[in-house]
Amino acid sequence: MSEKHISSQFDAELRDVSTRVLEMGGLAESQVAQAMYALAHFSGETATQVLQQEDRVNHMEVEIDAQMQRIIATRQPAATDLRLLIAISKASANLERVGDEAARVARTVQRLINTGVSSRLRLPVADLQYEADLACAQLRKALDAFARLDAAAAVDVLKHDDQIDQEFDGLLRKLITYMMEDPRMISSSIDLVFVAKAIERVGDHAKNLAEAVIYVVKGTDVRHVALAEVESAVR
Amino acid sequence: MAINVARASVGSMQAALPAARGEARAASGAVKLSAQDVRVRYGSNEALHGISMEINAHEVVAFIGPSGCGKSTFLRCFNRMNDTVAGAQVSGRIAIDGRDIYAREVDVVLLRAQVGMVFQKPNPFPKSVFENVAYGPRLHGLATTKAEMEAVVESSLRRAGLWDEVKDRLDEPGTSLSGGQQQRLCIARAIAVSPDVILMDEPCSALDPIATGVIEDLISELKKTYTIIIVTHNMQQAARVSDRTAFFHLGDLIEMGPTAQIFMNPTQKRTEDYVTGRYG
Repeated sequence: MSEKHISSQFDAELRDVSTRVLEMGGLAESQVAQAMYALAHFSGETATQVLQQEDRVNHMEVEIDAQMQRIIATRQPAATDLRLLIAISKASANLERVGDEAARVARTVQRLINTGVSSRLRLPVADLQYEADLACAQLRKALDAFARLDAAAAVDVLKHDDQIDQEFDGLLRKLITYMMEDPRMISSSIDLVFVAKAIERVGDHAKNLAEAVIYVVKGTDVRHVALAEVESAVR
Repeated sequence: MAINVARASVGSMQAALPAARGEARAASGAVKLSAQDVRVRYGSNEALHGISMEINAHEVVAFIGPSGCGKSTFLRCFNRMNDTVAGAQVSGRIAIDGRDIYAREVDVVLLRAQVGMVFQKPNPFPKSVFENVAYGPRLHGLATTKAEMEAVVESSLRRAGLWDEVKDRLDEPGTSLSGGQQQRLCIARAIAVSPDVILMDEPCSALDPIATGVIEDLISELKKTYTIIIVTHNMQQAARVSDRTAFFHLGDLIEMGPTAQIFMNPTQKRTEDYVTGRYG
């Protein structure tokens, strides 16, 4: 949105709240990365840091929503401005959930450490890392698309969402195999299923962000719409 | 060539979506009013450059645009109020129910009963509340007996949402009412002569928010009986009360479409700039 409003104050308010969303996105991304590091290294310290930061993510959601509500009440925005604010509200909600998923992973790490699981060395943590890398990349792309209001980049995020789902399915099958082979692995494997699911949800939240970007740019709500239709709407 | 203004656009605001400027066809329902290539000149200055549109029966259409864009000039074409402006020349065709209102045989006085007008500043006659409403029907012979007249006055005041507030004050001067009440009195006065169309030129701009809210609610009721065109500077009001909105700029009709689309996702950049406050 390069053109200025007559009210420069309004411009500043929109810029400010958009910047805060991107900050929140960066924080959420880093939470996921830190949580996965904690898992890969069974680091209790890193897991604790993630849990301590969770509050900050939650507060950002509340602050962004409050800012957005103030702008809507005082500026009565229309068209792209209104769509941007609606998208910002959705973005903050989705990023808060990303924070929740990271916290869930961190708590799982703490549980795995506390139960002293010796079989953890056999767990397919590296596979989970791959899934997490995919999800983090999606999140980063979605946030970039949001920053640039780039609908084409957002469509790209939607196109790659399936990949994470497939990774999750593969991980699930692998963990089931582990559980079948050795009942002692059941408890920790189930924990990892939850971690894999949390990462898959991060991918879903990235997808939601991308859909919001398309809504801002094109004015079309592409939630629950087939990818082919989305592509033609964006073209 | 007409554009289908009922179709919501998926074009971005940067895309130059081709639009036949100056023409907007009604999406559905019986066409009540139509304008074809209407131009208005004041002396040598052309204030309206070929406006074409259709308005359905029982629709509320809002005209928006910056000062001087021609929206009030265009509004006044529908009841030939521009005839009273020295030097104004109107060309093109304006029809109500398919009949050209500028045809030689048209009785302008009857036209202005059929197409009522409410102005920005409430302008009740210096008469009682009752006489304000009775004046028109009496002039047009719409009520012959006292009982008939009382019935017309009561019905008009009820439909204007004013009866309960003035039923015990009918003999008091119209000017003794509050601003909002005066405006509703003017609406009752317009309704009393059984119009088909009501034109409103910024009817709430002189009123406080409460009176404005009352009039806006009234408009939703009135559209069940009448077709309404409202000129307003207040974009949020246009968004609240109208079914379709027409955006004017420097004498051109830039875009006309369903109100939700104009305010959520307009197809023309100038419309987008105006409704988002990037242009005043």
